[in-house]
Amino acid sequence: MNKDMKILIVDDFSTMRRIIKNLLRDLGFTNTSDADDGQSALPLLQSGNFDFLVTDWNMPGMTGIDLLKAIRSDPKLETLPVLMVTAEQKREQIIEAAQAGVNGYIVKPFTAITLKEKIDKIFERIESTGS
Amino acid sequence: MAERTALEIETIEKAKEYVSLLESGNAEEADNVLAELTNLRESQLFNELGRLTRDFHDTLNSFNSDDRFSKLANSEIPDARERLTYVITKTDDAAHKTMTAVEAAIPICDSLEKTLTDLDTAWNKFLSREMKPAEFRSLTNTMKVFFESSSGDLNGVKSNLNEILLAQDFQDITGQIIKRVITLVSEVENNLVDLIKLGSGLPVANDPVMNKSDAKEEKNEAGKLEGPQIPGMESDGIVNGQDDVDELLSSLGF
Repeated sequence: MNKDMKILIVDDFSTMRRIIKNLLRDLGFTNTSDADDGQSALPLLQSGNFDFLVTDWNMPGMTGIDLLKAIRSDPKLETLPVLMVTAEQKREQIIEAAQAGVNGYIVKPFTAITLKEKIDKIFERIESTGS
Repeated sequence: MAERTALEIETIEKAKEYVSLLESGNAEEADNVLAELTNLRESQLFNELGRLTRDFHDTLNSFNSDDRFSKLANSEIPDARERLTYVITKTDDAAHKTMTAVEAAIPICDSLEKTLTDLDTAWNKFLSREMKPAEFRSLTNTMKVFFESSSGDLNGVKSNLNEILLAQDFQDITGQIIKRVITLVSEVENNLVDLIKLGSGLPVANDPVMNKSDAKEEKNEAGKLEGPQIPGMESDGIVNGQDDVDELLSSLGF
């Protein structure tokens, strides 16, 4: 896993963006940017060569699930790994996210260890499938 | 001038008749006409009273039949109270977590500072050649222990700082909960304004029964989401923490 990879953090709460940014820095990932909803994130993703997306679900404007669907239907972004970090705990929502092609799902509140485990798992999987 | 109603025309005619009868000295007939005039006035009052009663009745019925209204009073306001109580719990937890981490980190910093001061004093003594061999042996020992322990101490401070960082996640959770309560308060406010307007005979923007369907349509994608679960009032079909999520996802082939 490349520690210099470019990561976009999307959450409508700036406190949560800072928490994730700091936890990622602690894990050695320092190349991060952030956006406050799907609408502002999508153009950044389309033009920014990001390697990884961490997004919330419930946001005004464009939600995380709509952002995920937009990414999966964009030929340039369809393989971008996406980790969802959200307070949404309905089983049907988790299934919806899985069907939409999410790579990992973390429920808030979460720990630094959970974040590390999920990121490790996502990239192990990507490296083992060679994509 | 507005067109006269049939009632007004009749009243004016009766009044004219009354005046002319009085002028012609026909007092008995004039009294009869005055009695008819009074009757006309009374029936007008009763009609108006009847209309007001009907309006009031309709208003009350429309609020009774609006289940959104009773849902607000019976379940959503008590829910909001639970939610706000949970906000107090979350903020209280976060404040305590933060202070506990600070209280754990400060003694580590104090002890590091004290060891550094002692080492500095001893090192200066060594540089000015005032140190005895026995003292020097003690100094090297102190340095050895310091080098071994300081990395662990610093990691301890760092883990306390991370604890403080993570404790700030209360703001996201409580923010989402409070946003929901604000939406509810706005809805209650709109309903109360409508109720006041109806009571005072002012036109209402929408019939309360109509508002109910409007409110449903207005909710966007984000409005339908569940948001953070409140302990003791969880919805059906939710996962219980990260382990449940992992299990569900692995059952789906993740």
